Amino acid sequence: MSDWEPKIVAFLCNWCSYAGADLAGVSRIQYPPNVRVVRVPCSGRVNPLFVLKSLENGFDGVLVSGCHPGDCHYISGNYIARRKFATLKTALEFIGVEPGRVQFSWVSAGEGEKFAQVVARVTEDVRKLGPAKRLVKTIGGGQ
Amino acid sequence: MLLKDKKADLVIGYERGSSKRRARPVVIRADKDVDRLIFDDTCGPSLVPFARKALRATPLGTRVAVVAKGCDGRALVQQIAEGQFKRDQVVMIGVGCNGVTDHRRGASGEKREASCERCRYPNPPVYDVFVGEPVAAGTGDEFAGVAEFEKLASADRWAWFEHELGKCIRCYACRNACPMCYCEECVVDQTNPLWLGKSAERPDTTLFHLVRALHTAGRCVDCGACERACPLGVRLALLNKRLEREVRERFGYTAGLSMEATPALATYSEEDKQEFML
Repeated sequence: MSDWEPKIVAFLCNWCSYAGADLAGVSRIQYPPNVRVVRVPCSGRVNPLFVLKSLENGFDGVLVSGCHPGDCHYISGNYIARRKFATLKTALEFIGVEPGRVQFSWVSAGEGEKFAQVVARVTEDVRKLGPAKRLVKTIGGGQ
Repeated sequence: MLLKDKKADLVIGYERGSSKRRARPVVIRADKDVDRLIFDDTCGPSLVPFARKALRATPLGTRVAVVAKGCDGRALVQQIAEGQFKRDQVVMIGVGCNGVTDHRRGASGEKREASCERCRYPNPPVYDVFVGEPVAAGTGDEFAGVAEFEKLASADRWAWFEHELGKCIRCYACRNACPMCYCEECVVDQTNPLWLGKSAERPDTTLFHLVRALHTAGRCVDCGACERACPLGVRLALLNKRLEREVRERFGYTAGLSMEATPALATYSEEDKQEFML
């Protein structure tokens, strides 16, 4: 598959990372077009099941991004999320899902530049890993 | 004695089952039946789900006494910490446990369960009465199996899990036997939205077990009930054990030791490590 491009889903919190992506856009900052954005109210809204389901449905990578610690619109959503992410990442890597597939970041509303960097980094990591095969559900059963 | 003194309305314990290598849960309501109770290495099944059901099926104020070995005691403590019932609703009959054996694996005392081999809590942390003598806790690294497995390359770990979880037939025996899987409606039973596919094909089974491990992360007491219940002998506890270590190292929390501490995944600290964040 020479024309393969990584397909990445990004769960961005409404108050910081989504606004950061917006800023990257209005500032005309270039970043890879591989990312599909899903806006969520808070990084704490991201159920680990969202990430697993994304991988099962064929995304090559998942990015979850929220407000920096201390900046959460709901005070503690991102702290709670951080604990969930740590356990999720541990579980995925333990069962043998490649470490770069699922990544987490903090991007504030003012960090358009950082958002572009994060997306570029995740896209590059996933590109190196190649198409996702583990956990992916294909039609006809099995993998 | 508990029944006679009206300290408990019913006692949940073990009695001899259909063969001398098996024990089954029993509910004792009258003092004269107390002689049926036994405790030995065949008493594997966790009584915590039965205690929970008894509390729900009886009028408010009913006091349920439960025979609790170390892991069951911890499961009860964890459920109390999670606000599932109040401390005074249960009478914990503590017993020291030398490990249980699987009736499928031969004669008494021959082979203890893997979770019993690495058990560090043979006695319940909290009890009202203690029967018999406390058992000395095992030594050595309880996470040795996890550390050994982690030496494998990522692809080999995946291959192992693919093989193990490929055996799963989605009977949910693990979930039903688990003292910490007590949701009234389990996520795997929800159909709208359909979070998890219903098939017994590998991606669906893998997701099911991943979700179960994540839901029990920081709550699992490593009683081994899931592995004992599994009709296909899937090694389920390894992932749980890994997450137990992660929660202990990262958040300093061990499930089932304190009724006051907030469970690790229900709270946070501003100082939590975040080296994995970009």
